[in-house]
Amino acid sequence: MAVENTILICAGGACISAGEESVKSVLEEELRKYAIDDVVKVVETGCMGSCNLGPIMVIYPEGVFYQKLKPQDAKEIVEEHLLKGRPVQRLLYKGPTGEIKPKAKEELPFFTRQVKVATRNLGVIDPINIEEYIANDGYFALEKVLQMTPEDLIEEIKTSGLRGRGGAGFPTGLKWEFTRKSKSDEKYVICNADEGDPGAFMDRSVLEGDPHTVLEGMEIAGYAIGAHHGYIYVRAEYPLAIERLEIAISQAHEYGFLGEHIFGTDFSFDVELRIGAGAFVCGEETALIQSVEGKRGQPVQKPPFPAQKGVWSKPTVINNVETLANIPVIINKGAEWFASMGTEKSKGTKVFALAGKINNAGLVEVPMGTTLRELIFDIGGGIPNGKKFKAVQTGGPSGGCIPAEYLDTPVDYDSLMKLGTIMGSGGMVVMDEDTCMVDVARFFLQFTTDESCGKCTPCREGTKKMLGILNKIVEGKGEMKDIDRLENLAKTIKDTALCGLGQTAPNPVLSTLRYFRDEYEAHIKEKRCPAKSCKSLIAYKVDPNKCVGCTACARACPVGAISGEIKKVHKVDQDACIKCGSCYEVCRFDAIEKIDAVDLVTSS
Amino acid sequence: MKIKSLEELQKIKEKTLREISGRETNKRGRIVVGMGTCGISAGAKDTLRAIADELEKQSVDDIAVIQSGCMGLCEVEPTVEVQIGDEEPVIYGHVDEKQARRIVREHVMKGKILSDILVKRGKV
Ligand SMILES: Cc1cc2nc3c(=O)[nH]c(=O)nc-3n(C[C@H](O)[C@H](O)[C@H](O)COP(=O)(O)O)c2cc1C
Ligand code: SF4
Ligand code: SF4
Ligand code: FES
Ligand code: FES
Repeated sequence: MAVENTILICAGGACISAGEESVKSVLEEELRKYAIDDVVKVVETGCMGSCNLGPIMVIYPEGVFYQKLKPQDAKEIVEEHLLKGRPVQRLLYKGPTGEIKPKAKEELPFFTRQVKVATRNLGVIDPINIEEYIANDGYFALEKVLQMTPEDLIEEIKTSGLRGRGGAGFPTGLKWEFTRKSKSDEKYVICNADEGDPGAFMDRSVLEGDPHTVLEGMEIAGYAIGAHHGYIYVRAEYPLAIERLEIAISQAHEYGFLGEHIFGTDFSFDVELRIGAGAFVCGEETALIQSVEGKRGQPVQKPPFPAQKGVWSKPTVINNVETLANIPVIINKGAEWFASMGTEKSKGTKVFALAGKINNAGLVEVPMGTTLRELIFDIGGGIPNGKKFKAVQTGGPSGGCIPAEYLDTPVDYDSLMKLGTIMGSGGMVVMDEDTCMVDVARFFLQFTTDESCGKCTPCREGTKKMLGILNKIVEGKGEMKDIDRLENLAKTIKDTALCGLGQTAPNPVLSTLRYFRDEYEAHIKEKRCPAKSCKSLIAYKVDPNKCVGCTACARACPVGAISGEIKKVHKVDQDACIKCGSCYEVCRFDAIEKIDAVDLVTSS
Repeated sequence: MKIKSLEELQKIKEKTLREISGRETNKRGRIVVGMGTCGISAGAKDTLRAIADELEKQSVDDIAVIQSGCMGLCEVEPTVEVQIGDEEPVIYGHVDEKQARRIVREHVMKGKILSDILVKRGKV
């Protein structure tokens, strides 16, 4: 009998950890029980992008989108939806306001505002079935380029305007051209799948949901530059990506897309995985090359660039996962089509991972030039709990924060650069009024300090010094001179560090100083944290007018800092309080106040 | 199986597309023909053929035609369910070839509900 329903169930990392596997097993059990397992096809896909709603299931032909599923929900879906044709209202996607949104996946604004190129197959195909990749035009681009000259192919990529999606935004066609022109008997292609930015998961999602597109992109790069070997450098923390890549590589061999005489031509290509230990600096291209060679992953001086002397001292193209995922589509649909999207100097689309204080956290792909406001409010659904937007951080530890007045900035490489941040790999962390910007800078600097490989002094010592000053400031021990010290250190590190890690490490500090200097000053001069977030500068106290003496706070306090009798006003012992905030959370009468510690003396 | 040519690649694409076409949803609406045992013996196959043929003749390509199992309305077979957009589905009974073509021309194309053969509104 023909298949009547297809159920796509997201088997991306986030959904798996949310319990996708048990949902799926109950689903399959129920389908068998009602003997409809031959007419209902269950397919596991890659990340669908709305990871905070996981586990997710989409039932076709209608495209009904079910979210936050528990195993027993699968039973109800089978009995109600599949057998009786009644979508289960309770499990449909509800917007931030709680109203039931259009039930079909294609109608949710989160999906309709997106233009998917690099992530075109995510959540659509079964990543371990090569034929589904082929059905969506997979390996057609490879076949096509093998009929072209490498020079024409490079010209096509140059015309498309594609720039590297791994951070720096270097034009991909140019990079390929340089490497093609380097004379050598052997050349290499490396796919940078290290993805070290905290919170980023764009590349992981592509590897897990559409591994073949990365292989096809690498092969096309290989044909362009004259290479026959490729490495994918992927971190050990991505076991699912590794597993799917291994399956993809072996299927590609079986179908003749890897190996010798590809499509009956003289072109041969092979791909090997290299598993990295997950140090942030190993994503930097020269350190990555060291690591591929089995050496310690430390950056080395450029030039020579990898295009001249890369892995095994041979000319090497190193491209990011997302960059490579764009290649087959550019070949199939043409450079002009790709260049018709985006802004003057940033063509095509970009994948972003929306995170932080945002309703629809997850993965989105939009044309370059989409404004931050569209991204955060239209697609991302705005800020939860009616809080105010304060800033958005882009570019991870190498980037900076953008305040509300620039929400209408079109997102592309150059406009973000002008605002003192970078596109980076596409991480976007949204911050609301409760976020302390000094603490944000401190968080990222803590990260880079920990991740500095230690090879060069400015990065090793300089970041430590900056971190020390930031720690002083958030503890209320800063002086105004510290701001100048931060700025001087930042400048020195930027100018003298060996690799991109050090050169960009000061960015989070510089950009928060640029837009939120008043917050630094409030910490230093008034010993106040305007967001009431820095523990050393706040205090919790009981408002005697509101406290009814229910004792909830006293019971919640882990250190017994709250005393008081039933039905009498309670009191916080400030010396014992560790500022965990538990009392603030549990009080149902709003009687616990979070105040600036400096106001404690005067108010009590 | 090593693939050596564009033709071979194209073949796999088409074969797989047919297998996964059930996921197609960018349609304005759908027509479901009950193809359970009783439906088929009452002539549902001819009904289905007529619907597909009429849709093609009228160049309507934004409607999915789906076969379903028994809808539980065996006494009025062949049954056809029409659902356009968010509207409540409408179920017609005793749909022979002629009525099938009427459904396409009147309901699908003009939005007119054919009360003379209407069995039920809403889901079964
Ligand atoms: C500290 C540091 C970390 C980096 N991490 C990554 C990474 O995780 N993934 C990535 O693709 N590029 C990363 N890069 C950028 C790479 O050095 C390189 O520019 C990029 O892989 C080139 O590919 P693309 O041109 O396709 O963007 C990092 C750079 C620095 C300085
Ligand atoms: S929970 Fe609130 S109202 Fe109850 S005793 Fe504590 S402070 Fe007072
Ligand atoms: S903030 Fe934590 S430690 Fe301090 S009083 Fe409240 S519950 Fe106790
Ligand atoms: S992992 Fe399921 S939506 Fe991202
Ligand atoms: S470790 Fe890279 S700049 Fe110092």
